[in-house]
Amino acid sequence: MKPPKFEYHAPRTVDEALALLGRYGGDAKVLAGGQSLMPLLNFRLARPAALVDLNRIPSLAFIEESGGRVRLGAMTRQRTIEFSPVVAQRLPLLKEATRWVGHLPIRTRGTIGGSIAHADPSAEYPAVLTALEGEVVARGAKGERVIKAADLFQTYLTTTLTPDEILTEVRLPAMAAGAGYALEEFSRRHGDFAIIGIAAVVVRDGQRCKTARLATAGAGPVPVRLRAAEEILERDGLGEAAIEAAARKATELVDPDSDIHASADYRRHLTGVLTKRALVRAIGVARG
Amino acid sequence: MADMMTVRLKVNGVAHEGRCEPRKLLVDFIREDLGLTGTHVGCEHGICGACTIIVNGESARSCIMLAVQADGAELMTVEGLMQDGKLHPLQEAFREHHGLQCGFCTPGMLMTALDFLRTNPSPSDREIREGISAVLCRCTGYQGIVNAVRAAAATLRGGR
Repeated sequence: MKPPKFEYHAPRTVDEALALLGRYGGDAKVLAGGQSLMPLLNFRLARPAALVDLNRIPSLAFIEESGGRVRLGAMTRQRTIEFSPVVAQRLPLLKEATRWVGHLPIRTRGTIGGSIAHADPSAEYPAVLTALEGEVVARGAKGERVIKAADLFQTYLTTTLTPDEILTEVRLPAMAAGAGYALEEFSRRHGDFAIIGIAAVVVRDGQRCKTARLATAGAGPVPVRLRAAEEILERDGLGEAAIEAAARKATELVDPDSDIHASADYRRHLTGVLTKRALVRAIGVARG
Repeated sequence: MADMMTVRLKVNGVAHEGRCEPRKLLVDFIREDLGLTGTHVGCEHGICGACTIIVNGESARSCIMLAVQADGAELMTVEGLMQDGKLHPLQEAFREHHGLQCGFCTPGMLMTALDFLRTNPSPSDREIREGISAVLCRCTGYQGIVNAVRAAAATLRGGR
């Protein structure tokens, strides 16, 4: 179908964009890469009075590394992330996850800020933000605030961003040198949203595990940080038994829903299988 | 009617100007306002890939972009592939290897493959399959398309 009528604005600065959001008082939608919002408009599932298009705000597209963290402007394209040397070196998990986001023509337009603000629980970037304990910067009329990943996602397609705020930046701590990582995902076809995805990071010291990070995509209404499974590895090391125990624990930590794509039981089972696969691969590439 | 907006852009090197509502999809602007009907409209929600074109040098889906967003952009559509009366090596390869039957997905397949081979000039078959998974074909079973993209990659590497 075709989108319903709306007023269209393409501001050049974040301040202008915020003023526009204020003017429409919650009836405007922010348009980032459009790879989720445009289909919703075409289906007329979204009928905003106005679109505030961020695509002409150059200050929102950047990748900067400083002080042990990488800052990514909200309008940084997924394709730019895929080919960024900084991301390849400092956030290899993000790079790997990006290859699972849609397809190349989708990643040309799709943005990191848009993907995270859209908060599809099956999407890869929210899982990566959760696994890496990242945060986002939100700007509103009253100023700027920083929201931790754990405080951002509320439920399906819903974040703690308010309608008059714009997600402007994503901040991720640089991964430790030699950290192992993997993103394992199962979907019907390559490029589809995950039925289950698991993001894993392992910092090893021989057979000991200094840090483990595990987060899910598709295993409930928000990304799930599998902390109790991480603790098993941090306590018992990286042997086969610990990996098995962590994968088993992962299945207990999620509460997935059934839908047309997969039953809750199947998703729970996949959570264990993919946690194990992700850990084995992450441990395999970890140095230290 | 919502305010009409002016869109100025280049398609296949030719400058165009049109006026449309902000809700007009880029693919509809290309087909209806510019009369370039080589780009096809399939699912209209960014799944099938038939409407894929090149926007400022990179492939994108024109059914989930607004025409007003392309103001100032340089586009390339399937009509721009042929040069000096000669088919592009991708088009030649699709013809040679049965890369199409009904032709509905073909413009999207070609533009997707064009961009894919720019980012990966020597792809493995697995990578070709991943690359073209962006576009749905209901005729060929894809094998002919994979063969065509592999053959075109070799020709393009040869500097033709």
